[in-house]
Amino acid sequence: MNLLSVSGSPHVHSDESTKRIMWRVNIALIPMLLVSIAFFGLNAILVSAVSVACCVLFQWLIERFVMKVPTTIGDGSAVVTGLLLAFNVPATPAMIGIVAIGALVAIGIAKMSFGGLGKNPFNPALVGRVFMLISFPVQMTTWPKIGGLFPMYVQPTTDATTGATPLGLIKEGLKMGKSMDEIMANMPSLWEIFVGHIGGSLGEISAIAVLIGAIYLLCTKVISWHIPVSFIGTAFLMAGILWLACPESNPDPLTAILTGGIMLGACFMATDMVTSPMSRWGQVVFGIGCGLLTIIIRKWGSYPEGVSFAILLMNSVTPLLNRWFTPKRFAK
Amino acid sequence: MKTFAMGGVHPEENKISTQAVIEDMPLPKQMIVLMNQHLGAPATPIVAKGDKVKVGQLIGRAEVPMCANVHSPVSGTVLKIDTCKDPFGVAKPAVYINVEGDEWEESIDRSADIKRTCDLTPAEVVARLKEMGIVGLGGATFPAHIKYSIPQGKKAEYLIINAVECEPYLTSDHRVMLEHAEEVCIGIEQLRKALGVPCAYIGIEANKPDCIARMREVAATFEGIVVEPLKVRYPQGAEKQLINAITGRRVPSGKLPIDVGCVVSNVGTTFAVYEALQKNKPLIENILTVTGKYLPSQHNYKVRIGTTYNDIIKHAIGELPEGTGKVISGGPMMGKAVSNLDAPTVKGASSVLVMDEKESRRAPETNCIRCGKCIGACPMGLEPYLFSAMVRNGRFEDAGQHNILDCIECGCCFFSCPANKPLLDEIRLGKNKYRGILAARKK
Repeated sequence: MNLLSVSGSPHVHSDESTKRIMWRVNIALIPMLLVSIAFFGLNAILVSAVSVACCVLFQWLIERFVMKVPTTIGDGSAVVTGLLLAFNVPATPAMIGIVAIGALVAIGIAKMSFGGLGKNPFNPALVGRVFMLISFPVQMTTWPKIGGLFPMYVQPTTDATTGATPLGLIKEGLKMGKSMDEIMANMPSLWEIFVGHIGGSLGEISAIAVLIGAIYLLCTKVISWHIPVSFIGTAFLMAGILWLACPESNPDPLTAILTGGIMLGACFMATDMVTSPMSRWGQVVFGIGCGLLTIIIRKWGSYPEGVSFAILLMNSVTPLLNRWFTPKRFAK
Repeated sequence: MKTFAMGGVHPEENKISTQAVIEDMPLPKQMIVLMNQHLGAPATPIVAKGDKVKVGQLIGRAEVPMCANVHSPVSGTVLKIDTCKDPFGVAKPAVYINVEGDEWEESIDRSADIKRTCDLTPAEVVARLKEMGIVGLGGATFPAHIKYSIPQGKKAEYLIINAVECEPYLTSDHRVMLEHAEEVCIGIEQLRKALGVPCAYIGIEANKPDCIARMREVAATFEGIVVEPLKVRYPQGAEKQLINAITGRRVPSGKLPIDVGCVVSNVGTTFAVYEALQKNKPLIENILTVTGKYLPSQHNYKVRIGTTYNDIIKHAIGELPEGTGKVISGGPMMGKAVSNLDAPTVKGASSVLVMDEKESRRAPETNCIRCGKCIGACPMGLEPYLFSAMVRNGRFEDAGQHNILDCIECGCCFFSCPANKPLLDEIRLGKNKYRGILAARKK
C-alpha cells in the first residue's frame, strides 16, 4: 500500500502566486509600452528591451554566482523592474547604454543586496532611476520630440529633435519670468496630455495608457484603490490650493496631475506591494505623503518633477506605517 | 444578506456529494470505541473483558464534569480494554467489541415515527443530554450538557443553529437538513425551551437554496425558529463569525459565546438531541460524507461511531484509488490529515475526504512579498505575516502581545498566501509556545 502524506490544515490553496501577480503587472504595463513605441519608435523598443534584458540577466547572475540559490527570474519580478525602469527614462539612443547601468543599480543594489524580491525597502526601479538622474543629469533630461504616430516611418528617429516636458516648460518658463498664461499658450491641450501627445519618459506620455493598466490591476485585485486615489487626490488638492492662491505662477491642478510621473508613479510605483504599507489606512497615509511631497518638490525643489523622490521617501517610512496602522482586531 | 465583519475567503466549493442520499453503513466485524471522543477527560470504562453489551448500553462513564458518556454502538462481546491509536496516531484508551448480531437496548425507541411532543423540564433536558453522551458535532465536540447549563449570572438571549457548512466538500449537514428537517426542528425547539430564549436562528449559506427552502417550510410549523440565509463566505461556520453574522455581536478575546448571550449548536447536534430526547437514543451514530474529486462515487453514510476508516473506505469505494495522497477527516480547510486508517471514527467525525497526490502537495515556499493578503483574509483582524516572522525568530512573547491566541486556525491566511508560506503551521507553533510561556508564568 502506498504511504499517505500528512500535513497541517488547510489542505487546499487559492491559485494565487507571486508569479501570477508579477505577470499581471507586466500585462498591465503593455498599453504603456505600445503607446511609447507608437510615439518614440525604435528607441522605445531598444531602451525597454535593454532594460528588461539587463534586469533579468543581472538577477540571474547574482542568484547563480553570488547568492548561489535557485534562480527566481521566472517569477517575472525582474521583468517588472526592467519595464518600469525603462518607462522612467527618455527614449533616446544615449539612454540605451545608460539604462543598463540603471538596471545594475536597481537589481544589484536596490533588490538583490537586501535578499531579493520581498526584502527590499525601496522600489528598485526608482532607485535605478534616481541613480541615473543624479549621475547622468543631461541625458536623463534630454527629451525626444514626438513626431506624430509611428515616427519610425514618419520621420527617422535619429532626426528627432529634443523637446521639453510640460513640467520642464513650466519650471523653465517661470524661471525666465514668463507668466503662467504665456507658458500655457505653448503647452499641449489637456486632451493631448490625457491621451498622450506630450514629451517625457516612456511611461509618462499617456495618462490613458496608465489608467487602462491600473484598471486591469484593480480588477484582478493586484492593487487596491487606496494608494492611487490618495496619491493623486492629494496632489490634485495641493496643486489646486496653490493654483487658487496664485494662478500666476502655478499650473492648474488637472495639468499638474496629468503631466509628469504622477499617474505612472501612483498606479505602478507607489503600489509596489513590497515597499508600501500593508493595512488600508497605512496605504492611505502613504498615498497622501507621496502626493504632498511630489507637489512640494515640484514647487520648491530644484527638479521639475518630484514623484520618484516622494515615493522613495515614503518607502522609508513604510515600516513605521505598518507598525502604526495595524488592522482592527475582531475581538477586543 | 448577512455575513461576518471582516476577512474570509471563498474556496472552491466542491460540494459534489450533495445528491447522495444518506445510506446505512453495514456493521463491521469489530468495533473500537475510544473513551475520549470529546473535549475534556476520557470516560472511564465500566465494562470488562468478556462482558456482553447491547447497542446503546453505557460502556464509558463521565466521572468529571468536563467529560461525556460513551455508549456501545453495537451488540456483542467485549474483547479487551486497551489503548488504540486514533486517526492521527495518538494512543487513547479504548474498548474493543466483537460484533454479534444487532440487539438494541429496550429503552430505545427504534420506530420511524416522528415524536413531536416532549414533557421534559429544562433541567431534565440537560440531564438527558448528559446521560446520552451528546457532544457538539461541529468539530470541537464540546459536551452538550455543559453548554446548556448556563452559568450563574449569565443569560442566554440567542440560540444559534450552525447549518452553515462552509467547509468545501462536506455535505453531511446538508443531507441531514433535507432528510430530517422535522426532527432537527423538534430538537431545536427543545433546546430553545431549555434555554428559555424566545427565538432560535438557523444560519444557512446561500449556496444551499434547497436546505433554506426545506428548513423554512418546516420551521413555519414551529414557534420561534427563524431561518437566516447567509452570504457564502468561509469561515462563516466558525462560532465567533456565525454569532457576528447573525447578531452583530462579537465574542471578546478569550471569552465564550455565552458571554455575549449566545449559545451555538451544530445542526447535526440538534438531530442527535432529537434522538436523545424523543427516542431515548444515545449518540452512537453520525452522518459522514465520503468524498473526493478522484473517487468513483460520492456518498453520505449513517455510520456507527467506532467503525474504522478502513472499513468505511472498503464499503464505500472498495480500495483507495491509485495515487491517493491524503485522507482527511473533516473539510479541506480545517480537517486533519489521517495517518492511521486502522483507527476508528469518533463522535465529531464528519467526513472522509480523499485527495490525490497532486492536490496533497504544497507548492514551494517563496519570499513574503508583503502583499497583505493574509491580513485581508484574517477573520480575526490579525497580522499572520508578522506571526510568521516572529515565530521563525523565536519571539513567542511578541507574538502573544500581538494577540496570536485570538487565532481560530481557520487557515484563510495560508490559503490566500501567494508565497505559499506555511503561515498556519507557524501560528500553531507560536500559540503552543506562548501558552507554555503563560503556563510557566502562572507557576
